[in-house]
Amino acid sequence: VVGGGHLGKQWYQRRVGKQWYQRRVRGVYGTGAESLYTKNEFESGEDKLILAISSDRGLCGGVHSGLGKAIKAAHAEKPITKTIIVGDKAKAILQRTMGDTFLATFNNVGKKPASFTDAINVAEEVLSHEADTVDIVYNKFINVVSYDSTTKPIPGVASIEANDAIYNYDEVDSEVLKCYQEFTLANIVYHSIREQECSEQSARMNAMENATRNAGEMIDKLTLAYNRTRQAVITRELIEIISGANALE
Amino acid sequence: MAFRTIAVRTAALCRRAMATEAGSTFPLTFSSPTSALFNEAAVKQVDIPSTTGHFGILPNHVPTIAILLPGVVSITTEAGDIQKFFVSSGTATIHADSTVQILAEEICDVADIDGNAVRAALEASKSKLASASSEADKAAAQIEVDVYEGMVAVA
Repeated sequence: VVGGGHLGKQWYQRRVGKQWYQRRVRGVYGTGAESLYTKNEFESGEDKLILAISSDRGLCGGVHSGLGKAIKAAHAEKPITKTIIVGDKAKAILQRTMGDTFLATFNNVGKKPASFTDAINVAEEVLSHEADTVDIVYNKFINVVSYDSTTKPIPGVASIEANDAIYNYDEVDSEVLKCYQEFTLANIVYHSIREQECSEQSARMNAMENATRNAGEMIDKLTLAYNRTRQAVITRELIEIISGANALE
Repeated sequence: MAFRTIAVRTAALCRRAMATEAGSTFPLTFSSPTSALFNEAAVKQVDIPSTTGHFGILPNHVPTIAILLPGVVSITTEAGDIQKFFVSSGTATIHADSTVQILAEEICDVADIDGNAVRAALEASKSKLASASSEADKAAAQIEVDVYEGMVAVA
């Protein structure tokens, strides 16, 4: 069942409740993974790679188009040269204006919740391309009725090494930093993909609930019109019969 | 810029000197993609197996970044009891404000490790390593052997 709005408030809350619990767990992991970047200021490099996270499935309100709008706005402000797209929806939206910037696209996304292995595959693809910064664009889940497209910049190893803040940390050498960066990128990508799924699911439920309600209202209105018409026809026939009978007497 | 580096290093040294008079706990976040075991929970000490050696973290530890090896993470909680978990790999970050994030790919409680199952798996992975042909296969098999050896040591 895609929407489930008609199954009642409790079903809705239970379903979303499970997402909320899983999201709390992921939130811990996600915030932990980006702690190095949030606690220290690393400058974003000029050479950006955009990682757009969406899915293959539609019927979810403005989730994918919001993402497309955010990316197109960024592209208009400063031309983007490299993108990696996860999900056919974003690919379709960005194909016309930014098709030549696509380095890789992923599909078969969104049918099942993403696993860490999926995130690793995406992260490996991202790391195989040279870039100063990776900007992850996805929909952040705010609450059951709202989400927002967010851009998360992840500085590359070269940017981090160029910044003095990293040398506050002990035991930092190129090898450790590279390993750390790879694992952290996989973590943050995983977190972003799951956030996106969460936003999409709640947007889909809202959209389906609205559609069901609108369809219900239309059915009610049309039923009334049907009954009125039917009764009007019966009344007219009765009048014809009665006046015909009267005329014979 | 050199002046800034010197100032930064001096501040780090001051922090090291102050380690002994620190507060007795620090916030630890210890989680994997599927489970969050500690979320900024106050703990007294954490021992982690890293590529630069097995070391313990106390409050006000020098900021560090470390990569974890397959091994046991041992956490001394505020109440004083010690919890041990086996991790397959991951990263550990210790920040200047004493918060610690340990993110592991897979975590399991040491008590849940079945000695016989792990020993059998270790034998299987050793033979896989012996018969591996390409560099990638060899590396993957070596990782398996390392993880199982870590588990056997704990089981």
